[in-house]
Amino acid sequence: MESLPTRKAIEPARIRAWEIVVWLIALAMWFVAPKYAPLLNEIAILALFAVSLDLILGYSGIVSLGHAAFFGTGTYVAALFAKHVIPDPIVGLLAAVAVSTLLGFLTSALVLRGTDLTRLMVTLGVALILYELANRFDNITGGADGLQGVVTGPLFGTFAFDLGGRVAYLYSLTILFVLFMLARRIINAPFGYGLRAIRDNPRRAAAIGIPVNRRLIAVYTLAAAYAGTAGALLAQTTNFASLDALDFHRSADVLLALVLGGVGWLYGGILGTVAFKLMHDFISALTPQYWQFWIGLVFVVLMVAGRDRLSAGMRRLLRIGPTRTGTER
Amino acid sequence: MSALVLATHGLQKRFGGIAATQNVSLALARGERRALIGPNGAGKTTLVNLLTGMLTPSSGTIELDGDDITPLPPHQRARRGLVRTFQITQLFDTLTPLETIALVIAERDRVGSRLWRPLVANAGDTDEAAQLLATLHLGDALRQRAAILPYGKRRLLEIAIALAAKPHVLLLDEPLAGVPASESREILDTLAALPQDVTVLLIEHDMDVVFRFATRISVLVNGALMVEGAPEEIARDPQVRAVYLGEARYA
Repeated sequence: MESLPTRKAIEPARIRAWEIVVWLIALAMWFVAPKYAPLLNEIAILALFAVSLDLILGYSGIVSLGHAAFFGTGTYVAALFAKHVIPDPIVGLLAAVAVSTLLGFLTSALVLRGTDLTRLMVTLGVALILYELANRFDNITGGADGLQGVVTGPLFGTFAFDLGGRVAYLYSLTILFVLFMLARRIINAPFGYGLRAIRDNPRRAAAIGIPVNRRLIAVYTLAAAYAGTAGALLAQTTNFASLDALDFHRSADVLLALVLGGVGWLYGGILGTVAFKLMHDFISALTPQYWQFWIGLVFVVLMVAGRDRLSAGMRRLLRIGPTRTGTER
Repeated sequence: MSALVLATHGLQKRFGGIAATQNVSLALARGERRALIGPNGAGKTTLVNLLTGMLTPSSGTIELDGDDITPLPPHQRARRGLVRTFQITQLFDTLTPLETIALVIAERDRVGSRLWRPLVANAGDTDEAAQLLATLHLGDALRQRAAILPYGKRRLLEIAIALAAKPHVLLLDEPLAGVPASESREILDTLAALPQDVTVLLIEHDMDVVFRFATRISVLVNGALMVEGAPEEIARDPQVRAVYLGEARYA
């Protein structure tokens, strides 16, 4: 592992200059690239989804191939809420978060025990079940056609979501920022260190008095809330919900994006999503039908060469991020 | 009050047909310094695993301060002050010693589930952690990831974790295994400086250490307690000499 072993790590809780730059760039995009607002909005939403996955995968060592279960739940609840209850986006967001949080809590017991393989299969299974339920109950969800006729009301009763997606991007970016900073607080607090301790060595974690199961339930539930929020944002900013939100590719894409950016490093979710999205758009512009070939190749190289080594080198070049490399598992 | 702090009653552990722990009844008084010795494979670590809840006994009970803790999971035993070290170092590899010890202190003080205040914010918050690490010669490695620490330092951190928990009963599973002589001195001094009311059970192969440290010695052979007594008695015991010293000669 070629990190900088003797260099002292800076106290992680302090906000550093490059972090401010990241957020300023995100905000500046709203002014300088209004044309790309819909794309930026999507990136903000998927970044939040990736941050959610990082909470369980990167910080707590819970692998998941079905994180779309919570994303899609948020999407459908927000869409149905806007359609049948009230169109107000904030209330709808809270409703979607409530339901996905509950779903996270209820399914958390399934990932407490077992190996990575059982966790992969169980999370995948839960997402498949939800997908088929949404497909089957098409009288509620619209099934394969998607849920039509969703109209999200104006934000705070004032700012209507425009077709150009500029209000949408600002809305999603704000939610991403707030939840990201909250997650940042949490992972630097004792709770967050407890999660890393559990990830690194659950036996030792229990031996110092950490209630391993309770903490894993808590973080899995929290991650479900985050994923549900991301899903709800998608429904509200596109006025649409479809099976795509629960599809396997969502779970896979978010995992790829997070791994690309680096697990166990909250910014990895954001940067990975940006990189993944740009890579996706760039490659599919060159070769529309075969883009997955190139994405696949990139990931094979990435995993074989070692994500840690590549991103540590990149971070060294840019002088950002933790000077310590990530996990060694 | 010379109350029993830690006691086992007829503790048994079977792995298939093998009895790893056989009818062990052990009683430790408050502040006692007890050594547990026995040849390799005698079941010493298995006993520690049973005491700390990492293994469930096939039968028998374990009492801590008069309460039956047999059904309690490991973290609840740790929260009651029953703390162990591991023979094979068990650290949090991505955390630094400072973070590790700050976390142990947070868990000990029951603030481990806090979500807002940073664990390591400034030097003032971690005075206790830094001080403890300094006494165990880890002062110059406060901010290095545990994974890259040299073996001797990793052992010291292992001990530091247990001490930071301010145990009420401390189970030391070969704390000096593989520690260089210069640093084993530090560990022994630190253990000698533990408060008088801390009860210690020490598993150790180095007989000099055992006889210097322990006020009583229990000898475990094939999972069963063979004999128990003051160090002089154990040293004279012909059975112990046959089993233990005999083995040592060929080891």
